Amino acid sequence: MVRRRFEIRTQPGFAFLALVTFFMLYLPIAVLVVYAFNASDSITIWGGLSLHWFRVAWNNSAVQDAAWRSLIIAVFAATFATITATMAALATTRTPPYPGLTFKYAFINQPLMVPEIVTAVALLIVFSRVKVWTGYSGLGYLIAAHTAFCIPFAYLPIRARLESMDLTLERAAADLYATPWMAFKRITLPLLRPGIIAGFMLAFVISLDDVVITEFVKSGGQDTLPTYMLGQIRRTVTPEVNAIATAFLALSVILVTAFFFINRQKN
Amino acid sequence: MSSAAEIARQTQQREIRNRWLLSAPALLIIFFAAIGPLFVVLAYSFMVKGDYGDVKFGQYSLDGWFSVFFQRDIFDDTLTLADAHLSIFWRSLKLSFFTTLLTLLLGFPTAYFIATRPRNTREIWVFLVTIPFWTNLLIRTFAMQQVIRNEGVVNSVLMWTGIIDQPLQIMFTDTAILLGMVYVYLPLMILPLYASMEKLDFRLIEAGYDLYAGRLQVLWRVIIPLVKPGVIAGSILVFIPSLGAYVIPRVLGGGKNLMLGNLIELQFGAGRNWPLGAALSITLMVIVMVALLFYVRNAARSGAQHG
Amino acid sequence: MPKPEEAEQKRVAVEARSIVKAFGQGSNAIRALDNVSVAIRENEFFTLLGPSGCGKTTLLRLIAGFEYPTEGAILLYGDDIAGLPPFKRPVNTVFQSYALFPHLTVSENVAFGLEMLGRSKDEIKSRVAAMLKLVHMEELGNRRTDQISGGQAQRVALARALAPGPKVLLLDEPLSALDYKLRKEMQIELKRMQSETGITFIFVTHDQEEALTMSDRIAVMSKGRILQVGSPWDIYDKPADRFVADFIGETNFLTAAVVDIANSRATVRLSSGKEIPATVAEGMQPKHEATIVVRPEHARAVKKGGQLSGTVENVVYFGTDTHIHIRLEDGSPFTVRQQNARSEFCGFEIGDPAGIEIAADAAQVLRD
Repeated sequence: MVRRRFEIRTQPGFAFLALVTFFMLYLPIAVLVVYAFNASDSITIWGGLSLHWFRVAWNNSAVQDAAWRSLIIAVFAATFATITATMAALATTRTPPYPGLTFKYAFINQPLMVPEIVTAVALLIVFSRVKVWTGYSGLGYLIAAHTAFCIPFAYLPIRARLESMDLTLERAAADLYATPWMAFKRITLPLLRPGIIAGFMLAFVISLDDVVITEFVKSGGQDTLPTYMLGQIRRTVTPEVNAIATAFLALSVILVTAFFFINRQKN
Repeated sequence: MSSAAEIARQTQQREIRNRWLLSAPALLIIFFAAIGPLFVVLAYSFMVKGDYGDVKFGQYSLDGWFSVFFQRDIFDDTLTLADAHLSIFWRSLKLSFFTTLLTLLLGFPTAYFIATRPRNTREIWVFLVTIPFWTNLLIRTFAMQQVIRNEGVVNSVLMWTGIIDQPLQIMFTDTAILLGMVYVYLPLMILPLYASMEKLDFRLIEAGYDLYAGRLQVLWRVIIPLVKPGVIAGSILVFIPSLGAYVIPRVLGGGKNLMLGNLIELQFGAGRNWPLGAALSITLMVIVMVALLFYVRNAARSGAQHG
Repeated sequence: MPKPEEAEQKRVAVEARSIVKAFGQGSNAIRALDNVSVAIRENEFFTLLGPSGCGKTTLLRLIAGFEYPTEGAILLYGDDIAGLPPFKRPVNTVFQSYALFPHLTVSENVAFGLEMLGRSKDEIKSRVAAMLKLVHMEELGNRRTDQISGGQAQRVALARALAPGPKVLLLDEPLSALDYKLRKEMQIELKRMQSETGITFIFVTHDQEEALTMSDRIAVMSKGRILQVGSPWDIYDKPADRFVADFIGETNFLTAAVVDIANSRATVRLSSGKEIPATVAEGMQPKHEATIVVRPEHARAVKKGGQLSGTVENVVYFGTDTHIHIRLEDGSPFTVRQQNARSEFCGFEIGDPAGIEIAADAAQVLRD
């Protein structure tokens, strides 16, 4: 009889629990996606495979509107957040401590520390006043709010990338007669690019996903895709919401996969 | 001969000034669209509530804070504890605690499982955790709703197998909120746990077995102490958003099972009591800050131990 | 190797005047350089030698412009450059880590400095080709920097730093990352390039052997100060103080009484009572008690006689030579190194009594 080898690394039951966890993580998503392809009018009854609800969602002008708005906000917010986060990362990395450095870290990461609902009501209070004073009630408020909470997410990978970059390279450039601006343009920026792309994508996904802050800041008729869905979920639910969610999910998966591979390339 | 020294000083000053200029845009945006408004919330919590929402600007009162904890009887003006609020506080704390506990119980073995995979497949398992992590929270909540509702997968399977003959009412209960939060925040537990387990030196585990420890003893006396920073980080990352949860209780808990987030929203909506909403927001923030402080102190201590 | 009187006539390329460099502030300040003055001549292979933390790299960085001195001046051909940023200084650096730009090819790396100086495309092209030829890398110009070996990266770093034709080339421990054999090769290569290009080289190393074999002159540093500047044989044969004598090669330290001193010669009385002649380190104050040094290869163990005597404590065979460790009668240790002849026993065993014969002119009186 051969005795089972004693495995140093395993703990009994851990593998089983892990597989249960993965099952749990993916079961609801799978159900959601399957029902998006339901031909039936109701999400309770399975009526066969169909793309019917994707068509309905695609032709729904409210959905088109919200999707378009989500995209505009995400593009602007992610762009602003990435630019300002890159600058801030350059200012807060690879330096001996200087007065105000810790303050800057705390400030930049602050949106991560405060519960979203608190930020949301705070912005509701302030922006509702500003809207009255200025008479402007456009997308600017949403873009500003999104930019603010996207900054720490964009900052994270850019800072990580910068910190792993050898300061000697910029010194070498300066030694070879490159002015600070040329050294930045020719050496720092090209080497930082993967971090910047990763930061932009993170910011983009975070903006696209936001529900709570958008729900409180938006003026009438400024639904984004998530707030539109939130409204729909509370009303009668048809597989149309599943179809929208599935499309949204697909977009997220594509972005995350791209992010994953960019990160891998980096190493 | 101090010219070089003078130049060095000037260079350093210019450097610091440039660093402030570079970080200014990010700091300003965060100030105007995140931090600054929090001070306004604080101010609002001390103002008199307006008749149709908002506040009577410039009129101060402690009513907002007062009604966080107490309520005044309309008829005889007696003071009683605000049971409704306190039960919501209690539910928030209770559900957040159990969410943290359950995610830890599921997340720990999962992170350990991933960390013990061969290097080339490990990335794929991590990737499988990241996908739900980056999927819209609302979509995941909605997905959970489809699993647990009366006609959902769980009830269908249970009824088909004959274990029950009436669908279980899970939706619109605390259980539904708990399940939703566990599901949604699970990746937030697994990822930091994995980060600290990945660095685990398995020779230490070998040393544990070599010194006559059994499996459980190795787990308790070697593995868990070594990955404690990950456990704390994961717990904080789950506990804090659970406490401020808004979307999950709104979708899964229905109108009755409120959590703090929903109570706050209520004051700015139908409740039309902005000072109370502001006071509740500050309270929530303070609880979160205390939790964070606890984390920072622990992180610093274990950092000192390992450093 | 220029004779001293010739060298005196050469122009000074780089001069550091009373340099102080402090890191940190107030009472926590650490003086990385403490009043350092040194003049480096044109076309010289000058080495800054010392253990890690002695300030040698800091001095190099001050010359390159990556740091600014707290006090003092740095002169390049007479002009004070201490306040100039690195990109305005006509000096180039070979970094310890090479610091090759990872997103550029080998050629693009070499061309970088010339581009920044705004040279024409044709000039850059021919200059890059010439530089790659100089370092024997002409075939690999299109390689990415992660596709070349450590030794090749080293050559590219050299070519890149030489390409703009600097007045002075600074080398920060450039050979430390290479394995032994490659390092030996590169030492010879570097020496060749220096004489071919005629550029002043300032070389930083902690490896005394490297310093002795490559340099025209060496400055030995410790704790932020320069202890001695001189040719390799000056440093080796006439160390000025205990640190220099100890850091470079192996040495025996003896306490002796100075009997007579005139110019740079002295007569000292050893603990055994015997008197021997000795050379005197520069700056030595005439005093009664002094430390003298004798290199192990400048003494011989003898059965009878000698200026010192003691007991053999250990005999260690090294192949080319044998080290005989002797405990002197006054209790201090003394090591003798003897060349081995084939199949011949050195003649001593542990416990044997032995005399020590010090070669004429082998003793040096230290400054301290």
